[in-house]
Amino acid sequence: MYGRLPIVKMLLVTIALTVVISAVMVPINWNGQGASTAAPKIDHLLNVMIVLSAFVFSLVMVMLFYALWKFKAKPGDESDGEPIHGNTRLEIAWTLIPTIIVLFAGGYSWKVLDDIEEKSPNHMTVSVFSQQFAWSFAYPGKDYAWSEGELHVPVDKQIVFKMHALDVIHSFWVPEWRIKKDNVPGITTTATVTPDKVGTYQLVCTELCGFGHSTMRATVVVEPRAKFDKWVEGLDQKTPKPLLEAVEESTTSEPPALDAGGA
Amino acid sequence: MVDAIKRPGWWRGLIGAVAFGAFGFGLVIALRAISDLPLYQTEQTGYPHVIVPAITAPLGFLAGFGCFDYWLRWAAGMPTIPDDHSQHGAKSWKDYFKFNTDHKVIGVQYVVTTFIFFFLGGLMAMLIRAELAQPGTQIVEAATYNSLFSTHAVLMIFVFVIPVFAGLANYVLPLMIGAPDMAFPRLNALSFWMLPLAGILFISSFLAPGGAFDAGWTGYAPLSTGAPLGQSFFNLGVQFAGASSIATALNFLVTIITMRAPGMTFWRMPLLVWANLSTSLLVVAATPFIAGVQFMVLFDRALHTNFFQFTGGGDVISYQHIFWFYSHPAVYIMMLPGFGIVSEVISTHARKPIFGYRLMALALIGIVVLSYSVWAHHMFVAGMFSWLRVPMMITTLLIAVPTGIKIFSWLGTLYFGKIHTYSTAMLFALAFIVTFTIGGISGVMLGMVPIDIHVSDTYFIVAHIHFVLFGGSVFTIFAGVYHWFPKMTGRMYDEKLGRVHFWGTLVGTWGTFIPMHWVGMDGMPRRVADYAEQFGNWNLLISVFAFWLGAVQLVFVYNMVVSWRYGPKAGANPWRANSIEWQVSSPPPIFNFDEIPRVVGGPYEFGIPGAKHAIMAGEATTEGAEVPAGEKSTVGTG
Repeated sequence: MYGRLPIVKMLLVTIALTVVISAVMVPINWNGQGASTAAPKIDHLLNVMIVLSAFVFSLVMVMLFYALWKFKAKPGDESDGEPIHGNTRLEIAWTLIPTIIVLFAGGYSWKVLDDIEEKSPNHMTVSVFSQQFAWSFAYPGKDYAWSEGELHVPVDKQIVFKMHALDVIHSFWVPEWRIKKDNVPGITTTATVTPDKVGTYQLVCTELCGFGHSTMRATVVVEPRAKFDKWVEGLDQKTPKPLLEAVEESTTSEPPALDAGGA
Repeated sequence: MVDAIKRPGWWRGLIGAVAFGAFGFGLVIALRAISDLPLYQTEQTGYPHVIVPAITAPLGFLAGFGCFDYWLRWAAGMPTIPDDHSQHGAKSWKDYFKFNTDHKVIGVQYVVTTFIFFFLGGLMAMLIRAELAQPGTQIVEAATYNSLFSTHAVLMIFVFVIPVFAGLANYVLPLMIGAPDMAFPRLNALSFWMLPLAGILFISSFLAPGGAFDAGWTGYAPLSTGAPLGQSFFNLGVQFAGASSIATALNFLVTIITMRAPGMTFWRMPLLVWANLSTSLLVVAATPFIAGVQFMVLFDRALHTNFFQFTGGGDVISYQHIFWFYSHPAVYIMMLPGFGIVSEVISTHARKPIFGYRLMALALIGIVVLSYSVWAHHMFVAGMFSWLRVPMMITTLLIAVPTGIKIFSWLGTLYFGKIHTYSTAMLFALAFIVTFTIGGISGVMLGMVPIDIHVSDTYFIVAHIHFVLFGGSVFTIFAGVYHWFPKMTGRMYDEKLGRVHFWGTLVGTWGTFIPMHWVGMDGMPRRVADYAEQFGNWNLLISVFAFWLGAVQLVFVYNMVVSWRYGPKAGANPWRANSIEWQVSSPPPIFNFDEIPRVVGGPYEFGIPGAKHAIMAGEATTEGAEVPAGEKSTVGTG
């Protein structure tokens, strides 16, 4: 009986709608400017999802509005519809096809996740300390140079942030880097990012941490290596002792690798 | 007067609350006095002389109000009157303010009470949007703002969406399965009366020193373990709401499993019954987790235990694991009953059997099973073990499959039907399909770890939860309220006002919550009283639509109140539906059925000449009896 439905036409309209929605939505830079090597990968994943979602949404719209147009009861018509209880082939189709789509999406996400978190042997470690309602940062090198409210990093170098919260949970987010990680009291959390555009950005706290949460921000400066080195050289503050102790007391949230073998 | 105090009711309830409250207060003071401690401990996480009465006073109210009378008499060996129906049914509006064991009265009590909390929570949303209309701080300061969005969410989740579904099902479900009442009517009444107490505890936290709880509805430790007194009110309110939920779920399970009318096999149950069976399975297994974790927070606060105190060896992240182990299933607790409502409404108004009925029921069970294995997708950036992310992502994405089955089956139900859109219930059900699809799509995106890393804790999340909770759950709640309004009140509502409410709500929902996706992806975090200038214009637009959305709900209130009082009388079966609740008068007789109906077929046998779902008392009683041609819909027996 589904032969009575203009299935080819409905599919064509769905595809046309998908193309239109995708053509409007894909060119828009939803996540804003990107400034790390992870950004284009995440943005691309998002665009793939937009196209897939546009298809699903268009399909639902076409199915719904065609039905509403074609099968709307005439005024005064009190009869019933046809007693169709289902269609096994159709039901198998709309179980299997979405399963394949989401498994594809999952596999692709997994790959992107591995890509953006791949550690380079040649990385730099910067420590992040968060407390109500301020950020501070410690840089490698002698005496643990320390800065408050301003984070500097060299461009095109992989940075591994080791994060420590001193009171409640805070969350480290630089939208342009597309990287976010909670800072959790008692443990050390890690985030990896390779900034690839020189500029000044904002670090935003995204985990509710009290009345000062909305204003808990810091400036992020990405600059050429030479400038960065000079800036660190010029820092006259050392990391305060309590912060260093907090680092030592923390355990890491990363479990040992499964193939690390017994110690 | 003395008589009024002896009888269960409001006077005895108030006296019970005061007496038990005073006892709790006195106990704390006495114990502190004999321990040589200062009588009043007023650290912000302390206040035992407030916390203990906050536990005992509500219990005293329940005892005084009469919730335990029968059981206490029975336990004490005093004579009870098993067939005393004085607490059953409502003859006047006053009976709705009493301890009443009639599932229909309790259903109405639930729906009205929860809608009061819906409007209180909505008022808070209006204040939130007023503050966010412009960058900077204008109306409330940051600390008050945190209290506002926390109580907004808590009222909406714990004392509106979850219990309103329990209320609708309370009314409809026993009728649908041909039962005279719920399995445990007194437990049912107790469940209801715990609910307003939970709401009062949540709201009264505004009176606590330091203001209402402000750690969000998620109450993450250690922000919550160190928060002012109001947080303890949240910890306790959740206990009452949770106990109410668990008791109701047990009641539904026993009712559904043991009290179906003869002939009502599992595969003949309407999907609303299936939906509440699934929801109840979630509630009984998951809700104890949030009750437990809130006690752990309360103990950390008041007794200085170290569950989540990192300085004392506690583990901060374990709070989130336990919390989300409840709160992700809770998302389905807030959605599955709505799925059931939409199935009933769409099948009835499309005059068609549900497409793929068995797969629809199995999809519900599939969601129940999967929903226990996805909780950590709320924690992709929380710093948990990183290898937990990928498996949780895969299960999260897979849960879209049973949900998709439901969407496609509703659409399939429309095909070759006779779709009637005159009913506001049907409009909300159809719009639900569209808005919920969008909420589902953004949910799949959030399930993907790399995208989630970027948009976690931003307005994208706020947009997503409101699309699934407002565009999803609340739309189905409206559909359910409109659909069963004639059954519950015996009167028809005004469809014209219903349509104004529907279109206004649809425009308001999209206008408010669509742009939130955009500002979130572009960098606006959630739970902020103030934000960067660049988001100012979008936020102003969102606020304007939010005020519109709020204002349109007044049309709903007007329609419901006036129609309940003055609406034209409704017949037994205004929608010409098949399920059993429509075969009795509107409102149904006090004990539902003179004689338990006999179920002889599936619940959605539209379009099959002579097919019947149930045979009511007084109808032809031989199974499979020929029904005269031309009489396609069964007529209520009154």
